[in-house]
Amino acid sequence: MTSHARLWHFHGGLHLTDHKAESTNLPIADLPVPSQLVLPLVQHIGAAAEPLVQVGERVLKGQLIARAGDHIGAPIHASSSGLISAIEARSVPHPSGLPVQSIVITTDGLDEWTIPSRGSSDPCGLPAEEIRNRVRDAGIVGLGGAGFPTHIKLNPGTRHLIETLIINGAECEPYITCDDMLMREYASEVVEGARIMRHAVHAAQCIIGIEDNKPAAQDALQKALNKLGEFNTRIVLVPTRYPTGGEKQLIKVLTGREVPSQGRPLDIGVLCHNVGTAAAVYRAVVLGQPLISRIVTVTGTGVAQPRNFNVPLGAPISALIAAAGGYTIPHPQLLIGGPMMGLPLPDDSLPVIKTSNCILALPARPAERELPCIRCGECVKVCPAKLLPQELLWHARARDFDKAQDQHLFDCIECGCCDAVCPSHIPLVRYFRYAKTEIWTSEKERRKADIARKRHEARVARLERDKAERAARLQKHRPELASSEAPDVDPKKAAVQAALERVKAKQTTDDS
Amino acid sequence: MLTAIIAISALAGFFGLVLGYSAICFRVEGDPVADKIDALLPQTQCGQCGFPGCRPYAEAIAKGEADINQCVPGGEAGIIALSDLLGRDPKPLNPEHGVFKPKMLAIIDEDSCIGCTLCIQACPVDAILGASKQMHTVIAAECTGCELCVAPCPVNCIYMEIVTQDISSWKWPDPNRPAAHTVVSVS
Repeated sequence: MTSHARLWHFHGGLHLTDHKAESTNLPIADLPVPSQLVLPLVQHIGAAAEPLVQVGERVLKGQLIARAGDHIGAPIHASSSGLISAIEARSVPHPSGLPVQSIVITTDGLDEWTIPSRGSSDPCGLPAEEIRNRVRDAGIVGLGGAGFPTHIKLNPGTRHLIETLIINGAECEPYITCDDMLMREYASEVVEGARIMRHAVHAAQCIIGIEDNKPAAQDALQKALNKLGEFNTRIVLVPTRYPTGGEKQLIKVLTGREVPSQGRPLDIGVLCHNVGTAAAVYRAVVLGQPLISRIVTVTGTGVAQPRNFNVPLGAPISALIAAAGGYTIPHPQLLIGGPMMGLPLPDDSLPVIKTSNCILALPARPAERELPCIRCGECVKVCPAKLLPQELLWHARARDFDKAQDQHLFDCIECGCCDAVCPSHIPLVRYFRYAKTEIWTSEKERRKADIARKRHEARVARLERDKAERAARLQKHRPELASSEAPDVDPKKAAVQAALERVKAKQTTDDS
Repeated sequence: MLTAIIAISALAGFFGLVLGYSAICFRVEGDPVADKIDALLPQTQCGQCGFPGCRPYAEAIAKGEADINQCVPGGEAGIIALSDLLGRDPKPLNPEHGVFKPKMLAIIDEDSCIGCTLCIQACPVDAILGASKQMHTVIAAECTGCELCVAPCPVNCIYMEIVTQDISSWKWPDPNRPAAHTVVSVS
C-alpha cells in the first residue's frame, strides 16, 4: 500500500533542477551487442576477480569468466558470446585513470546463452543461505553506485536483527533516470526482488522509498505490489531533495533514525538496497541469470536523443553515445554518474561497468577559479551529514588529518552540496577525498610497519634462541670432553695415534 | 617544635611508602618514549640510519644520541612526525644516510638463483623463502624494500623494483598542488 506515513527530515540538502524529463520520454532500448566488450576484473569494492578463461577461448553469454578473488569480491560473467581476444590492462571509469586488468571479448553477434543455472519459481521457499549463494554466484554488487558485493550485505550475521529493509528508489541526483525507468518497466522484478531480499534477511517490513517526482514509477510499483499481494511492503513517497537517495539520508527520512557516526545501517536494524540491485536479485534467484547487463541513462544537452539503455556490461561508452544519436556539440564534458557526484571521463572509449548508472554529456565549462574561503557558512547549512565543511577544509589543506578525523571526516558522503553552494568555488569534496585517501594510505602503511616490526622482533628472538641453544649444547658436551681427556696427553696427538692404530689394524686384516 | 618534626617525619614516611609502592606496582618496563618513536618509524629495518634496525635507532633518539633526520625511508613525513612527538624543530633529511626513494620491492631472478641462502640470512623480516640449494623467492607482501639482500647475493640475481600504483593504492591528489594531478582534466 502507498501510505502517507510520517516522514522526517535530514539536515541540509539542496533543491536542484532535476533535468529528468529529458531522458524519460522514450522507453528503455536494448543496446545492440557491440563488437568488443571490455570487462575489468575490478568492478566493485573489494579484491580483484581471478580470470578463469584463456585468450582464444570461446565463451557463451552468461558464462563465468572470472571468479571472486576474496571474501569481499564478486565473480564476472561474459555479457555476450564470443572469443576472448585479450586479458590485459585497460582503462576503466575510475578517478585515477589507472589501467585495470580486464578480459576483452570480441563478440560473434550470436549472443548465444550458456546453459542457465537453476532458477526457482518459489524463491521464498529457499533457505536464506541458498539465496545468498545464488546472489554471490550471479556476481551482484550494489547497483546504486558503491558496488559493494550484495551477498555480504544480505548476510547480517546473528548479532544484528533486521527490522526494516529499505529499497532505495529515491534517485535524487539530477539527470539520472535509470532507476526511474527500471521501476516503470520492470516493476514486478523490483517488487519480487525486494520480497526475496526481505525473506533472506528475515526483515519484518520492507519500505520502497521513491522521490515524489516519479509518480509513474510509483504507480507501476503499486500495481506490481497489489498483484504480488505483499502486505509487508510499503511504497513511501519522499520529498524531492538532494541527497535523499543517500543511504543514511533516506533511512533518516523514512524511519526518523540516524545511522551512528561511522556505523552501518545494520547497527539500527535497517538494511538498504538499490532498486536495480533488487531486480538483479530477482533475475539471479528466480531466473538463474547472472548480472551481465544494466540500465544506463545517456543524457545531457551534449547528446541528440537522451534515453535509457539496457546495456551489456563491458560495452564502450562510445556505443551508447552513438545509440543516443551522437554528440550535438564538438567537445562535450563527459561525466559518468550525475553532475553532483559524477566522475569526469577522459574519453568515451571506456567500458560500462556494474556501477555505471549514467553517462552525462554537457557543454564544457571552464573551471571556476578557486578563491579564498570567506567563512560564509553556506556549506555548513547544506551539509546532509551535519559536518563543518569549512573546518574540514582548513585541516585538509594543512594536512592536519588527525583533526579532520576528529571532526568526522569519514561521515562525509561526498554528495557535493558544499561545492555547489560555495561562493568561492572551492572544490571542497576534492579536498575531503584527498584527505580520506591520505588517511587510508597512512593507516595501511602503519599496519604494514607493525607486521614488519613483529617479524623483525620474531627474527631477533629466534637468532638469540639459536645462539643460546648452541651455547647450552656446548656446555653439555664440555664435561664429557673434559673427562675423556687424559690429563697429560695432548688431544691432537691422541687423535693422530688413534688414526695410526686404525690404519695398522686395517692393514693386518687385509694381510690375513 | 616536636609536633612539627613528628608530623613532617610522619608525612615523609607516608609519602615515601606510597612512592615506593607505586615504583614497584606501576613500574613501566622499557622506555615509553622509545616505544612512541619506534611506532613512528617505518620498520624497514634497513640500517641506513647507522643503527642495526628501527628499534635501536628509536632508543638512540630517546637517549639523545641520534638526531631525528637519519631515517631515509621515513622521509620528510617521518621527520615531521618525529619532530611533533619530541617537540623539536624539523630539519631536512641528513644526506649522509641516503636519499629518499619511492617504496621498493626486492625481486629474485629465480632462474639465476643458486640457492646459497645468503639473502635469507640478510633479510631482517624473514621475507625470503627458500632453502640451501633450492630456489629462493621474496614474499612480496612482507618485503620492506630495505635492499639488504641485494649486496650479499653472489650471482647478482636480486634487483629492486619500484612498487607500482594500482587503483587500490591510488590516492586522490592534493588539490593544493595542481602539478601532482593525475586526473585527466576535462574542460
